[in-house]
Amino acid sequence: MAREFHNLQELRHNASLVTKVFVQRDYTEGTVCRFQAKFPSELDHRIERTLLEETVKTLNSYYVEAEKIGGQSYLEGCLACATAYIVFLCMETRYEKVLKKISGYIHEQNEKIYAPRGLLLTDPVERGMRVLEISVFEDRGSSSSSPSSSMSSAGSSAR
Amino acid sequence: MIIETKSWEVTRLHVTRLRKRDTKKGSLLHIMKNCEYQQIDPRTLPTPTPTATPTATPTPTPHHGPVGDRPEEPKGKPRRKWHVFPGKNRFYCDGRIMVARQSGVLPLTLGLILITSGLFFIFDCPFLVKHLTSCIPVIGGFLFVFVVITLLQTSFTDPGILPRATPDEAADIEKQIDNTGNTSYRPPPRTKEVVINQQVVKLKYCFTCKMFRPPRTSHCSLCDNCVERFDHHCPWVGNCVGKRNYRFFYTFIVSLSFHTAFIFGCVTTHLSLRAQGGKGLVFALQESPGSAVELVICFFSVWSILGLSGFHTYLVASNLTTNEDIKGSWSGKSGEDVTNPYSQRNIVVNCCSVLCGPMPPSLIDRRGFLPADESVQTAGADIELPDLANKSEINVCTQGTKGLLESATLPPLLSTSCPQPPTDPTVNFDPSPEISTSCSGARHVHHSRGRASTPRHTKTRSKKNKRAALQTANPSFDVPVSPSSPDAGPSSKARGHKGDSFSHLQ
Repeated sequence: MAREFHNLQELRHNASLVTKVFVQRDYTEGTVCRFQAKFPSELDHRIERTLLEETVKTLNSYYVEAEKIGGQSYLEGCLACATAYIVFLCMETRYEKVLKKISGYIHEQNEKIYAPRGLLLTDPVERGMRVLEISVFEDRGSSSSSPSSSMSSAGSSAR
Repeated sequence: MIIETKSWEVTRLHVTRLRKRDTKKGSLLHIMKNCEYQQIDPRTLPTPTPTATPTATPTPTPHHGPVGDRPEEPKGKPRRKWHVFPGKNRFYCDGRIMVARQSGVLPLTLGLILITSGLFFIFDCPFLVKHLTSCIPVIGGFLFVFVVITLLQTSFTDPGILPRATPDEAADIEKQIDNTGNTSYRPPPRTKEVVINQQVVKLKYCFTCKMFRPPRTSHCSLCDNCVERFDHHCPWVGNCVGKRNYRFFYTFIVSLSFHTAFIFGCVTTHLSLRAQGGKGLVFALQESPGSAVELVICFFSVWSILGLSGFHTYLVASNLTTNEDIKGSWSGKSGEDVTNPYSQRNIVVNCCSVLCGPMPPSLIDRRGFLPADESVQTAGADIELPDLANKSEINVCTQGTKGLLESATLPPLLSTSCPQPPTDPTVNFDPSPEISTSCSGARHVHHSRGRASTPRHTKTRSKKNKRAALQTANPSFDVPVSPSSPDAGPSSKARGHKGDSFSHLQ
């Protein structure tokens, strides 16, 4: 198991990237943004199942909030149409506001939960909302494995 | 059937030609580079750069064709992501404005609107204000401004382009595909099935973007991008119409129909008022020559634009895209009981969700700065992989037929897609021929719904020839292929990519 990192800075400076694990999108409910709750096996020894599932569930709820079609979105849409959509240049849409909240949440999760375990979440918006990328780091100083960052499965690297 | 045979013949000829060329050149890598497409073998990926130590000299490799104006930046100055954007787009105002590389006939569209409206304000408005009401130029002005703004927004907005998969993602997907237990020489399946609202939807793998396309996403061959909720590529606006700009496009065509009809009505009124008192139409036209020009333009365009607006109103009400409608994805043509899984079964709700839904942000972040160590990764398909000629599992352009697949090292497989960017031809087909059809309204001729459009589309603009040329540019792909191809099922899982892509050839 990688040693404890105190914060993200330490993680970035002292650790080497071993592999990346991807949580794919769940399309069973259509085109709404939703990530699979399936726990990747490569992270079995790195993090508790419930923590990651909780993170994914919260992210999904944020996306549901962003894409909710209701009173506010109708108002926004009608106002935008009436002004030939110029308002989109001036004001921040609700979606963008929620995305900011999400990125704040991910940063907080990284600080509190993932960095101490040698993991790092990447905001899905930086990956085209296709995947939730989890970078797995190994401490350079540890003698358990070489920091040769090959693309072998994380099972062998997570020691 | 005849068309299908023809396209296979064309493909085979092209393969033979390239095979001969290949032996001359003797280099798989050369052909791979020519076709700008490679499958990633996870074992050959370069070691990922640790984030702690950025590489000293990032070397983003410029790939096929320049991306609009990409100035050579000095090494020290941070570059924005649009500089290395892999699709065929052009960027202006430092990435704020983007258009497709082939701007089609956008200047013509803009010119026609400006000229017609200009003539209207110069020739017709003064007369009508004097004889009727001064509201006319006000309404006309409002409609004109609305039309121009929505047109520019449709053209310059990111339609919902999906950024290409990073190399790590692509390798992960390859690993998952390979893990389906495929140890034989055959290429792994390239489709994934997902159940949405009790409908089975096939997700296809995009060889250019190296990812499984989300539902309703399609790859536009003209722009070389995967676009979410892809509707069609419209040459009139010079851009794809997708998730993010469909509402602009719809507003544009609806307001343009009103504008055209309004001008047509005003010109008719103007000329008939002038011709009163026995003076005759010729006299009226002589007095107001501009009106003649407007009359001709409006007369020929009002039918197709009205028809197009009606068609898109139908699409909005049933939450369909032009792409799905043309392919017949949800019309049950294949005899199965299929319904549109995305429809809310209520016209008003469908309209609201399509037109008034939340506006998703652009995913390509074109104005973001490239991190120094990621300048290679963000280039996506620009990456130069090591010589993969010896790797037996490398299937370049794996979409091929049975005969071609027998020897996996055969580079001619590339050739099947080489005439255009090597993506799924079933999707490739969609944008190109239909750009002219759906946008001009001529598609209504073969569209069996009998809507308000007439089969008479006698638009005499020279652009029609241009469109016809564009349409015949892809002779191989003029057969609409339903995504629920007959060979779906277990065989498609094993040879999904092949069956899926070339079902019309079998």
